[in-house]
Amino acid sequence: MSSARLADRLATAMFWAGAGLVLAILALLLSYVLWHGVRVIDWHFLTSPPSNISAGGGIGPQIFNSFYLLCLTMMIDAPLGLLAGIYLAEYARENRVTGLIRLSIETLTSLPSIVVGLFGLLVFVNMTGWGYSLMAGALALSLINLPLLVRIAEEALRGVPAELREASLALGATRWETIWRVVLPSAFPGLVTGAIIACGRIFGEAAALLYTAGMSSPALDFSNWYPLDPASPLNPFRPAETLAVHIWKVNAESLIPDVRRVADGAAAVLVLIVLFFNLAARWLSRYIYRRLTAS
Amino acid sequence: MSVYAGWKRYKEILGFSLAFLSASLVICLTVAVFYFLGSKGLDTFTVNGVKPSEFLLGTLWWPDRPLEEGGPAVGCLPFILGSLLVSLTAVAVGAPLGIVVAVFMVEIAPSWGQKILQPAIEILAGIPSVVYGYVGLSLLVPFIRNYIGGGGFSVLAGVIVLAVMILPTIISVSADSLKALPPQWKEAALSLGSTRWQTIRLVLVPAARAGLLAAVVLGLARAFGEALAVQMVIGNTRAIPRSILDPVITLTSAITMDMGYTVAGSLWNNVLWTMSLLLLLMSFLFILLIKLIVRGGAVR
Repeated sequence: MSSARLADRLATAMFWAGAGLVLAILALLLSYVLWHGVRVIDWHFLTSPPSNISAGGGIGPQIFNSFYLLCLTMMIDAPLGLLAGIYLAEYARENRVTGLIRLSIETLTSLPSIVVGLFGLLVFVNMTGWGYSLMAGALALSLINLPLLVRIAEEALRGVPAELREASLALGATRWETIWRVVLPSAFPGLVTGAIIACGRIFGEAAALLYTAGMSSPALDFSNWYPLDPASPLNPFRPAETLAVHIWKVNAESLIPDVRRVADGAAAVLVLIVLFFNLAARWLSRYIYRRLTAS
Repeated sequence: MSVYAGWKRYKEILGFSLAFLSASLVICLTVAVFYFLGSKGLDTFTVNGVKPSEFLLGTLWWPDRPLEEGGPAVGCLPFILGSLLVSLTAVAVGAPLGIVVAVFMVEIAPSWGQKILQPAIEILAGIPSVVYGYVGLSLLVPFIRNYIGGGGFSVLAGVIVLAVMILPTIISVSADSLKALPPQWKEAALSLGSTRWQTIRLVLVPAARAGLLAAVVLGLARAFGEALAVQMVIGNTRAIPRSILDPVITLTSAITMDMGYTVAGSLWNNVLWTMSLLLLLMSFLFILLIKLIVRGGAVR
């Protein structure tokens, strides 16, 4: 066998080994987290509040806070991301303003999340006077998430064939009517899938929340749903520790004797929820695609 | 003009304006981030009168020691070196592996790569950084302590955690740039009798080098800015490490730990804001570098 052939064989082996290593790392990560965590998870763990000193606490309020914060963030972010995506895909010409918008999007995308958290501390927590609050956390998360949503929206809209727009315009529809009635519905599958992936990303975010939504939760009264009451879970101006922040805090500075149990369980719950978002996006895009193409 | 046509026109203008305003909001937000973090971050120099050279190159760290005991000193070199050491080493480990996997996905086994590796990488990218930190803390740190040496909390632990975390970024950007190459180049090389490895090494990788380099810089940017996963495994000791088994501290972990415990307006607190300004400027620098690389690659 010539040396070139031998080198080729060796290289091929190296490529397979690299791919195998990455799969092995992922398998190790997931199996470690799930193996240790799943036996901790039960109804009590998922619903009861954490305890500060004694063993036996749960992660109920943290799960609620994470989902509530996700909703608030998407309520702020989704319309803005969609509209900005519409501008970039449908209206923007290649000029300096568009260049500046794109540079800004790239800059925001690359911001370390701890830096976003500090910006949030400065502006959303201190300058507004809200203190550590869900609203400050939601605004910080929005800042992280917005560039991603804009990109998702722009890509989904650009994927719509130009013929559809031309047909609609030729029938006498205005530009906005075309966007609203023709382009957006055809881009819908891409938009939804992208939004779910974005949800998974912000659900696990912690660094930006330490100093915006805070590292503590007040005692919540889950029978009180009046959003302006300080004990109400819905109050957007109360501090709220999310699941991801709780994992960090328990590992870093907790005093409870069963740190390992809570950390294992909380990490497994977080991974399961993020995996669920990931699979949901995958499944939904396949389902919608099949419905649209009738195959 | 009829009422209906007027309403239509109004909607047209309203739609455009909303879209344009949302897009311009992105610019405003970016400017706001630079303005607020910039003005707050400069307080160390303007209010406390620290010299920029002391901040960047000093090695003494006594932010709360009074004047009569020789303080205060706010040399951030250990933090800056720690950040550079951990993130550059993580890239040195993660980048070759990431590029190998990207080549595998595009050239060696495209169907297999599409079906199994692509979803695997998406899951890897979706795992939250606290989970990486938690696995590093509860699996990797004890492993290093028991089988390799030292206390476990170390440069090595931080490097491994970061190398895994930046893999998805490096793989997906590298794979995109390899996919964008014209197929004729590969076909020409193969038809001249090159083996697959020769084609990859001598034609495809050099042709995609701008994209690959951009992928590596993007990975470096991610590693440099990562806070919690790193903070959980590196031990956070304010000394310049002598071996990869020694603990280390980074800019991000110092900010994470001390921001909550220092009084607003104190020198210590202001220095933390300056560190975050430094992080912001570094991340912007990485973006400009990537733009430069991509533009340079497009010209050739």
